[in-house]
Amino acid sequence: MARGKKDAGKEGVKRAATRDGFGEGLLLAAASDDAVIGVCADVTESVRMTAFKTEYPDRFVQIGVSEQLLAALGAGLAMAGKIPFVASFAIFSPGRAWEQIRTNVCLNGANVKLVGSHAGVTVGEDGASHQATEDIAITRVIPGMTVVVPCDAIEARKATVALAKMVGPAYLRLGREKTPVITTEDAPFELGKAQVLREGKDVAIVACGSMVGRALAAAEDLASEGLDCSVINCHTVKPLDERTIIAAAESCGAVVTAEEHQIRGGLGSAVAETLARHLPVPMEFVGLRDVFGQSGDAAELIEHYGLGVGHIKDAARKAVGRK
Amino acid sequence: MAHIHDDKIKGLELIATDIRQDVIRMISEAGSGHPAGSLGMADVFTALYFHVLHHDPKQPDWEDRDRLILSNGHICPVRYAAMAHAGYFPKDELMTLRKFGSRLQGHPERLRMPGLESTSGPLGAGLAQGCGLTYAARMDGKKWRTYVVASDGEHGAGLHWEAVMFAGKYGLANLTCIIDRNNIQIDGTTEEVMPLEPLKEKYEAFNWHVIDADGNDIRVIIEAVNAAKTVSDRPTAIIAHNIPGRGVSFMEGKYEWHGKAPNAEEAARALDELREIKTRIESEH
Repeated sequence: MARGKKDAGKEGVKRAATRDGFGEGLLLAAASDDAVIGVCADVTESVRMTAFKTEYPDRFVQIGVSEQLLAALGAGLAMAGKIPFVASFAIFSPGRAWEQIRTNVCLNGANVKLVGSHAGVTVGEDGASHQATEDIAITRVIPGMTVVVPCDAIEARKATVALAKMVGPAYLRLGREKTPVITTEDAPFELGKAQVLREGKDVAIVACGSMVGRALAAAEDLASEGLDCSVINCHTVKPLDERTIIAAAESCGAVVTAEEHQIRGGLGSAVAETLARHLPVPMEFVGLRDVFGQSGDAAELIEHYGLGVGHIKDAARKAVGRK
Repeated sequence: MAHIHDDKIKGLELIATDIRQDVIRMISEAGSGHPAGSLGMADVFTALYFHVLHHDPKQPDWEDRDRLILSNGHICPVRYAAMAHAGYFPKDELMTLRKFGSRLQGHPERLRMPGLESTSGPLGAGLAQGCGLTYAARMDGKKWRTYVVASDGEHGAGLHWEAVMFAGKYGLANLTCIIDRNNIQIDGTTEEVMPLEPLKEKYEAFNWHVIDADGNDIRVIIEAVNAAKTVSDRPTAIIAHNIPGRGVSFMEGKYEWHGKAPNAEEAARALDELREIKTRIESEH
């Protein structure tokens, strides 16, 4: 647990889970648009939909343990004009319901917002069967899908509100663990627009979700070693903000990506696809290396699977060394 | 319930025969497709498009229209033909089925053709979308109804039963599922591949009202749909027992014609038989 505290960074930093931000954002979105509804597959409190259910009982739909239905029912609701936020754990939706998401949601052009909570290894003790580490890959590959991975609770709230206003299918990836709140209330948020949180000239760290805070911590440490890092919060994995990423690669000449997800197919792959075409520079990838997780404390799993601050620092040094 | 005049039924039977001929022409021209199911369901689609549905072919996005989802998307030739005859698009376009650039994709795509309501093909997903449509209509106090055509074979898909449970729980009375009960699927008969019986009792156990109907008798189909409208607390399943390949003697009841196009000679024979049926209907009093 000591490492868990260390993971929080500085003393006094507020911690909250991105799923908490989603719950708040859903209330805001519902207040501004009557078409916003919530659909849940038997994990209402876990995905933080209880407040919405209490406030808008007539706009909440309980469907039980039926994640394929979650996607297909959502498509039907959307085709009748609703803006359904359909929520479960990421391992089940999108995990279990991939073909329904592809055909019934995306190929159908249905305005469904998929919410997958408990993503990544930080769901911890539940073990590998419940740790979604492939969900970014399987959603971003579907034509027309938007994929958003907020870095903290404030950003998750803003992303939820933004997704309700955007027309089209989207996947919002959330975590269970409380993580440091690193953005501010007045920080700008725009879907598809990455944020440069720190500007440097030696190496750019492009991160999403829980890894953004660790990337900032790594950059701070590396500064004392004389390595000047950019840190980019790439909350929208798709559509990727290519302009910001190419500009960072240009000014730094080396890139590290960091995600709580498999290296194959996730944010790192998306960044590599872009840079390989436009501006190939040395790249290193921080993420799971083709392995499943296991039970354990979130912080110890982060360290064990090579996702810690130290691992980002190592990757940054290595990328710079390859220039 | 108002009696439907014999002349009206006769007119619908003639339309169904025209639709069957188009199904043969389309699949023959395409060189691939699913004739057996399409022919078997021609009477149901004729009843739906020419009597049951509240719809406007010139305004496919009319907000208060009834929704028709075809879950077993592979029998789309019969839906396309019925839509063309109803006036959604020119009949000439039917011959573009399965060709590059056509709005008539091998399996139906909502975004390519107005009025299709949903994209389908991968089986088991239509009823779930129908549940979503019906639930949304109820939330908004809308009166329009949702019809889902689903095949017997696709009852092997777990998702279909998730939707059956959902509709039963919420008592979606404005939802009617018409089951294309032709007893065949790709690998053989449904009862050999994965038995469904007792199908009626299964639906009843899930809080559905169930009507057994002759799916090749237009009057019976219309009466079954009308009966479904009088049920106010539950969804209705109409088990439409029909003969796959109906109207073409060498295709009737043969699972081998599930997904095989007739060659030119077979198509000509099929069209001859269908023309004979049409002549017979015309001469009946």
